[in-house]
Amino acid sequence: MSRNEVLKEINEIFIDTLDNQEIVLDESTQAADIDQWDSLMHVLLVDAMEKHFDIRFKSGEIQNWKNVGEIIDSIDQKSNN
Amino acid sequence: MKNFIQLKKNLKKDFTDLRDIKVALLGDTATQFLKQALKGLGHDYGIHLNIWEADFNQIERQVLDPSSELYAFEPEIVILFQSSHKLLSKYNKTTSDQHLSFAENQINAIEDLYANITDNIKAEIIYYNYPEIDDSVFGNYANKAESSFLFQLRKLNYELMLLAAKKPSLFLCDLSSIQNQIGKASLFNPSVYINTEMVLGIDALPQIAARTISIINGLKGKIKKCLILDLDNTTWGGIIGDDGIENIEVGSLGIGKAFSEFQQWVKKLKNRGIIIAVCSKNTESVAKEPFEKHPEMVLRLEDISVFVANWENKADNIRQIQQILNIGFDSMVFLDDNPFERNIVRENLPDVLVPELPEDPANYLEYLYGLNLFETTSFSGEDAKRTKLYQIEAERVKAHKKFTNEDDFLKNLAMTSKVEPFTPFNTPRIAQLSQRSNQFNLRTVRYSESDVEQMANSEDYATFSFTLEDRFGDNGLICAIILQKEDPKTWFIDTWFMSCRVLKRGMENFVLNTIVTFAKENNFDFLKGEYIPTPKNKLVENHYKDLGFEYQKPYYILDVNEYADKKSHITKQETK
Repeated sequence: MSRNEVLKEINEIFIDTLDNQEIVLDESTQAADIDQWDSLMHVLLVDAMEKHFDIRFKSGEIQNWKNVGEIIDSIDQKSNN
Repeated sequence: MKNFIQLKKNLKKDFTDLRDIKVALLGDTATQFLKQALKGLGHDYGIHLNIWEADFNQIERQVLDPSSELYAFEPEIVILFQSSHKLLSKYNKTTSDQHLSFAENQINAIEDLYANITDNIKAEIIYYNYPEIDDSVFGNYANKAESSFLFQLRKLNYELMLLAAKKPSLFLCDLSSIQNQIGKASLFNPSVYINTEMVLGIDALPQIAARTISIINGLKGKIKKCLILDLDNTTWGGIIGDDGIENIEVGSLGIGKAFSEFQQWVKKLKNRGIIIAVCSKNTESVAKEPFEKHPEMVLRLEDISVFVANWENKADNIRQIQQILNIGFDSMVFLDDNPFERNIVRENLPDVLVPELPEDPANYLEYLYGLNLFETTSFSGEDAKRTKLYQIEAERVKAHKKFTNEDDFLKNLAMTSKVEPFTPFNTPRIAQLSQRSNQFNLRTVRYSESDVEQMANSEDYATFSFTLEDRFGDNGLICAIILQKEDPKTWFIDTWFMSCRVLKRGMENFVLNTIVTFAKENNFDFLKGEYIPTPKNKLVENHYKDLGFEYQKPYYILDVNEYADKKSHITKQETK
């Protein structure tokens, strides 16, 4: 799956989980850019992404992503293995 | 069942017209998701859980301080969630010489919390028991080593049950049982725990919320009272009309085992006080035959309160069952293997709960266990007798038909009633009726066992309980009155509820005669009544008016000095 396809799917997950149709993500989007994306919501986003891509993030990763691009890095890395 | 994200979306819906219930939620781990799950699922059940959430890990501070926010909020329900993880870390910090008494110390601390809460406010307490964590320090030997964590945790769960059995306002939500059902991997997600201090897995939240809300609903009187069974391929395997009694499947062989075990479950429910009814498309005599003659049937005709077998549509038949039993459709569960019948009932009687039985009868029981259909918040000896009572009611209906004159019929019943104040013996039954009575209930104020106990011992209240016996049998305790001293001349009728199975027997007149006599003997002049309408108590809308009370908006007043005893065919039983 290309990075762009992953981005699109993550975008859908964000829309559904945060219940906000207007979210448009790009690789540089950060938590601070989206109102509802707080630490609690982050847990739900992680859970939804893990289910969707059938992967497990490490606890260390979850806390250290700086932007959506780094989330895609993590997903890429796991799906390619 | 909806997932957590779907429940969360409910939070944006309109809660304004829903029944408001004030709930305090206190946890030793973060509880935000649990709160959202409870509130979201509440919307689907038609209730607005107005939840005050304590700050993280504030249980003791909130409970022990009488001026805390918890008490200022005045919740009706207090949910205490102390997690197995915090329990384990407490255990880890105690020295090994204290491990033997670990559970005991914990249970004392919990009892202390309970005492503090109930001293400060009138609330019911829901406490989550402890899902198991096996720290594997002892291996299987933990079961033999009393000081192991596993031993102490299980002991604590057992002690909690003993405590709950003693404390009328303490209800356990069985988190441990949920973990057994869905597995530890779903109940607990280590990465969520590490990142958020929340111990409940996201996929487990809807189930935990459902179990919690079923306790709350039970406390508010919303419970299932009746199980209606289809017969062919639901109660036994095969079709009695086609296969004949020798060929239906029930008993120890093959799939028959599934039906036998299903029937054993139904029998236990019946013994607990759930009313069992049959609704089957069959010729009645053919449908009854297995109950009478099949050696391996567990259920017998005497277990069934109402037996309806004919070729009419099932929705109409369930309406008929409802009329005989006189209970709400929302307290009925209908089990049928046929999706067509299920849908007819769902469409016509949306309040009846119709589970989507699995196709394979082998899966019936596990599926039904998981639904937790028959929550209750009380249990009394009377419950077990209920089937008999409804059968007797059916006989009475037959007898009634023989008398054209109402008076003759009532006289012929030879009714007697035992009148008593509330006592420790009848308290559980009174609390239970208070939770269950919907139709003949003037104010529908629900009282728990501890409330009943308090009023029984208070100078400001006079309490009356009534039984009703007749030549067909004993109905047991069927009516309660609570009078509150409003001023030196007036008793306010705080509570008047009656079981609907004794309607039209002149019980109302007998009860009023009794309390008027009591008021006169104590030199009171007035009885003051109130009718608070609910969706279910229209039956008693004109109750006080019909009894001769004068309407002085919004109350009804009766001057007892001008009262002449009303006609009644019930005689008072002499008490020793």
